[in-house]
Amino acid sequence: MRHLLSAADLDQTQITEILDLAEEMSLVQGRPVKKLPALRGRTVVNLFFEDSTRTRSSFEIAGKWLSADVINISGKGSSVSKGESLRDTVLTVAAMGVDALVIRHHASGAPWQASRWIDAHVLNAGDGTHEHPTQALLDAFTIRRHLRSSTPDLMRFDGKTVAIVGDITHSRVARSNVLLLATLGAQVILVAPPTLLPAGIDSWPVLVCTDFDEVLPQADIVMMLRVQRERMSGGYFPTPREYTISYGLTRPRLEMMKPGAAICHPGPMNRGLEISADAADAANSLILEQVAAGVSVRMSVLYELLGGAE
Amino acid sequence: MSDTGAPQARPEDPTPGVEVDSTPSRIVLDADQITRVCARMAHQILEANRGAEGLALMGIPTRGVALAHRLAAVMDEVEGVRVPVGALDVTMYRDDLRRQPTRAVGHTHLPVEVDDSTVVLVDDVLYSGRTVRAALDALGDLGRPRAVRLAVLVDRGHRELPIRADHVGSYIPTRSGEHVSVRLAEIDGVNQVSIEQGNDPGRREA
Repeated sequence: MRHLLSAADLDQTQITEILDLAEEMSLVQGRPVKKLPALRGRTVVNLFFEDSTRTRSSFEIAGKWLSADVINISGKGSSVSKGESLRDTVLTVAAMGVDALVIRHHASGAPWQASRWIDAHVLNAGDGTHEHPTQALLDAFTIRRHLRSSTPDLMRFDGKTVAIVGDITHSRVARSNVLLLATLGAQVILVAPPTLLPAGIDSWPVLVCTDFDEVLPQADIVMMLRVQRERMSGGYFPTPREYTISYGLTRPRLEMMKPGAAICHPGPMNRGLEISADAADAANSLILEQVAAGVSVRMSVLYELLGGAE
Repeated sequence: MSDTGAPQARPEDPTPGVEVDSTPSRIVLDADQITRVCARMAHQILEANRGAEGLALMGIPTRGVALAHRLAAVMDEVEGVRVPVGALDVTMYRDDLRRQPTRAVGHTHLPVEVDDSTVVLVDDVLYSGRTVRAALDALGDLGRPRAVRLAVLVDRGHRELPIRADHVGSYIPTRSGEHVSVRLAEIDGVNQVSIEQGNDPGRREA
């Protein structure tokens, strides 16, 4: 594997390898010395043109726990704010001899473009409304662990239903998850108001439903998406209150969930909008497990890309 | 030592140039011999430690783990002591990671706290000593053992680092171009140690 740009680049064997290795990596969190020497002497640059807390910090921790040198560059406070183009920024950073670039950008396809300009490995940490493959991997890791608590050694998600609820149109998390979960055999049901379903969704390997209450009792995993106010110019739904009533994971909806079903949210949450505090903090909420999984999965991916000979 | 029936050599003198017959593969330990060697090693480990107090066996995947379980089984059967068994993967501590495509990482499992235990590292073949060097580094990141010992089924010589084993099942002189193949029933369906011909530098890592 040279780059990680899309969840579609990964077949089932590669996904299983990454998740199995992430299980080993997760043991590092409990060790007295939280450090493995595998990437000693490698340099990883986090190039973030968009705000991020968990993705950037978990990539940073992942790199550091593998002994790589990690540098963070954000759009604000760098030459990007002086008008430097993406290409010049990427070429400049690559010219310093870095081994991997972790890129987050507001334009869909930016990491893919970057991968064609430079020799270093490129990891997509979220590009516009396109993809966020490491998020899908950490979701799959979290879901697999949850399902393994009742079915040890489970490898694929056949027969399991994952409901992804909310703003599908603007969600790179949804796109990457749809691709990855389909590869693992899960049935994905997208739940959203018609205004937040993208054009061309007929070709996706999913079922689509606009009625949350119809889907909720069938789902083994309920993945709530953030309402992305920063990407919306208005008019997608009448009022936030109305969105919550139709598509929020409210306290009454918690009661409707299938026994043993669990809740995911990629964060950051709008508590009270797409997810109630009761749901976010429920016993079957996997939200903090997802955050912990983020470090392990990103360690695994960095090792897969940078751990061997060039 | 004479009960192993295996070719013997002094540990510090593996005699790289020694004449060995040039058939493609020859068996140096059969199933019965492996069983006897394991039994003797288990006794030696307990004797050296004056019992099982504070002892933990850590196998280096893959075959070292199977051997560690065998040693523990002998200790349980014969001496009635239960010694914890774990696995210590050393892949990410290797000094040759950059020389080949990304290596698959094995499983690490700690049966007890490493701190203040006497850890016996168990591996199938001792060769260059580089795996053991990696294992010592890996162990150091997991805690501070009271002592670390090394037990290997086969010492084939050709050390590249100042490392020696405390407990050796069998000294087998080899040429550096040869490959020592350890097969254990748990993994390979058969118990047998053989020497295979052919220069296979990729295998030169133990």
